[in-house]
Amino acid sequence: MRNVKNNISKPRYSKPFSVRLKADFRRNKELYLLLIPLIAFYIIFKYVPMYGSVIAFQDFSPRLGITGSDWVGFKNFIDFFSDKSFIRILKNTVIISFSSLIFCFPAPIIFALLMNELRSKIFTRSVQTITYLPHFISMVVICGLIRRFTVDTGFINDIIAFFGGTRSTMLNNPKLFVPIYIISEIWQGLGWGSIIYLAALTGVDQQLYEAAMIDGAGRWKQTLHVTIPAIMPTVVIMFILKIGNILNVGYEKIILLYNPLTYETADVISSFVYRKGLLEQNWGYSAAVGMFNSVINFILLIAANKLSKKYTETSLW
Amino acid sequence: MRRHTRGENIFNIFDIVIMVVLMVLTLYPLLYVVFASFSDGTRLMRFSGLLTHPLGFSQAAYKSVFANPNIMHGYANTLILVVAGTAMGVILTVIGGYCLSRKNMMWRNTIMLAITFTMFFNGGLIPTYLNVQRLGLLDTLAAILLPTAINTFNLIIMRTAFLSIPDSLVESAELDGANQLIILFRIALPLALPTVMVIVLYYAVERWNEWFNAMIYLQDAKKFPLALVLREILIQESTSSMTQDVGVGDKESVSLSIKYAVIVVATLPILVLYPFLQKYFVKGVMVGAVKG
Repeated sequence: MRNVKNNISKPRYSKPFSVRLKADFRRNKELYLLLIPLIAFYIIFKYVPMYGSVIAFQDFSPRLGITGSDWVGFKNFIDFFSDKSFIRILKNTVIISFSSLIFCFPAPIIFALLMNELRSKIFTRSVQTITYLPHFISMVVICGLIRRFTVDTGFINDIIAFFGGTRSTMLNNPKLFVPIYIISEIWQGLGWGSIIYLAALTGVDQQLYEAAMIDGAGRWKQTLHVTIPAIMPTVVIMFILKIGNILNVGYEKIILLYNPLTYETADVISSFVYRKGLLEQNWGYSAAVGMFNSVINFILLIAANKLSKKYTETSLW
Repeated sequence: MRRHTRGENIFNIFDIVIMVVLMVLTLYPLLYVVFASFSDGTRLMRFSGLLTHPLGFSQAAYKSVFANPNIMHGYANTLILVVAGTAMGVILTVIGGYCLSRKNMMWRNTIMLAITFTMFFNGGLIPTYLNVQRLGLLDTLAAILLPTAINTFNLIIMRTAFLSIPDSLVESAELDGANQLIILFRIALPLALPTVMVIVLYYAVERWNEWFNAMIYLQDAKKFPLALVLREILIQESTSSMTQDVGVGDKESVSLSIKYAVIVVATLPILVLYPFLQKYFVKGVMVGAVKG
């Protein structure tokens, strides 16, 4: 994405557009032919649903379709903003997102920096192999584990009881939902998330370290003045992407972990859309909630990218 | 050259200790599952604390798991999804990535932009579901395979790999009159083979773990992939179908170890393959990172 601009090799044609068009198709007809399945995929499964989101402005019924359903303007959006759940799910989404920004975002960066300071290659490899592992385990299995470990007879409660605490089924406690979500998120993503920063670290010019050493910089100073500046662009890019997903708290994990007892802290926009749309078949309304989510995300992504371009000269495009 | 100060030594030890702690925290829950799955059900129920070895040795849980038709169906369905989904995804991604890496295509950047845009903006869950419904795909495996046939991230990785192939190679083949498919399979593909391996693995893991689309698009339990069957057992806590032939009193204890055995059975294939394939997975992230 970042270097798309550099690839543009625009030949300076002076011929009219239609002539260029014909010449291009004649020259590349095989390539365009081969691209048909790919383009068809993106149109049918990506752009058609994008068009389909206009049902957010309809009282939609699948029987009548988009052309047959009644247009209701912003009614679905107004209904959502005045819904008693609106504040709750917006608050939960923002709390979970910000907690994840504060705890899950820096964790892999710190981990990568610590790993970078390890001297033994074999030890580093073992740390990597083991900490990348949870990334490959199915979300269903991970959530199954979380459930088993946090029930009143699970081993986390065994530890709590050992230290004199009281046993409880932790996933039924609204106060514990966010901590459980965040801690398990770190467990899942710590190792895998660090790869991208390790990649940036291996690209650091070794001469910079030598120069810093000659200037008398110790390891802490080297980290501060060489290592951290070197990974900053990667950190900024990852941060922008994270901001662009701030309202996208994934429904997979939420749906697998929450229950009506914890809706008050666990129900987020995506899980609300899933319930309203697929379980209650409230199509137009849930599409409106989904659209609200996508639009806010997209605006945040563009804003974060703009700001970053202005202040750090790093951006997605 | 390097001076080892006292502070540095303390830091080195501190660093290693943190890493060891993190490794234990990552591995222990998985080991616990393995120990619990082989444990004697009743002893496991009464046990409290951290398991350091199986309590007794019982294969009862595994016997029920392998005797369970839902799990075996799930396994078969998942294998079909993995093989078909990976094959389809890789073919489309390789051909697409190659075509979009060719220079001198007037529409190339427009198509790339339209594709990249879908990574940041999409129709959302409900319109996507209704689209699948309107196409008449509900309750078919195609509903799981087709809408996620291509992963845009994988497409970008593949394209990046093809972009790094020197133009002169392709151009000389074109002058020799080779068509694009021949150039792709004879010249470009062999040069990009490591990246192809990466995306094969990415698609396979994605398909192996798939459950959400299966849950919303499938009704017929016979078509459920393994991950969805697991959801019933682990999340909705129903092992009733598996403990039918067990005495009433034992039901609870057997169902507990079954849950752990099911996790082992479903995760083992990935965990066994993973150490051998790790370097490919990592390579994919690195390529993606360079691309931003």
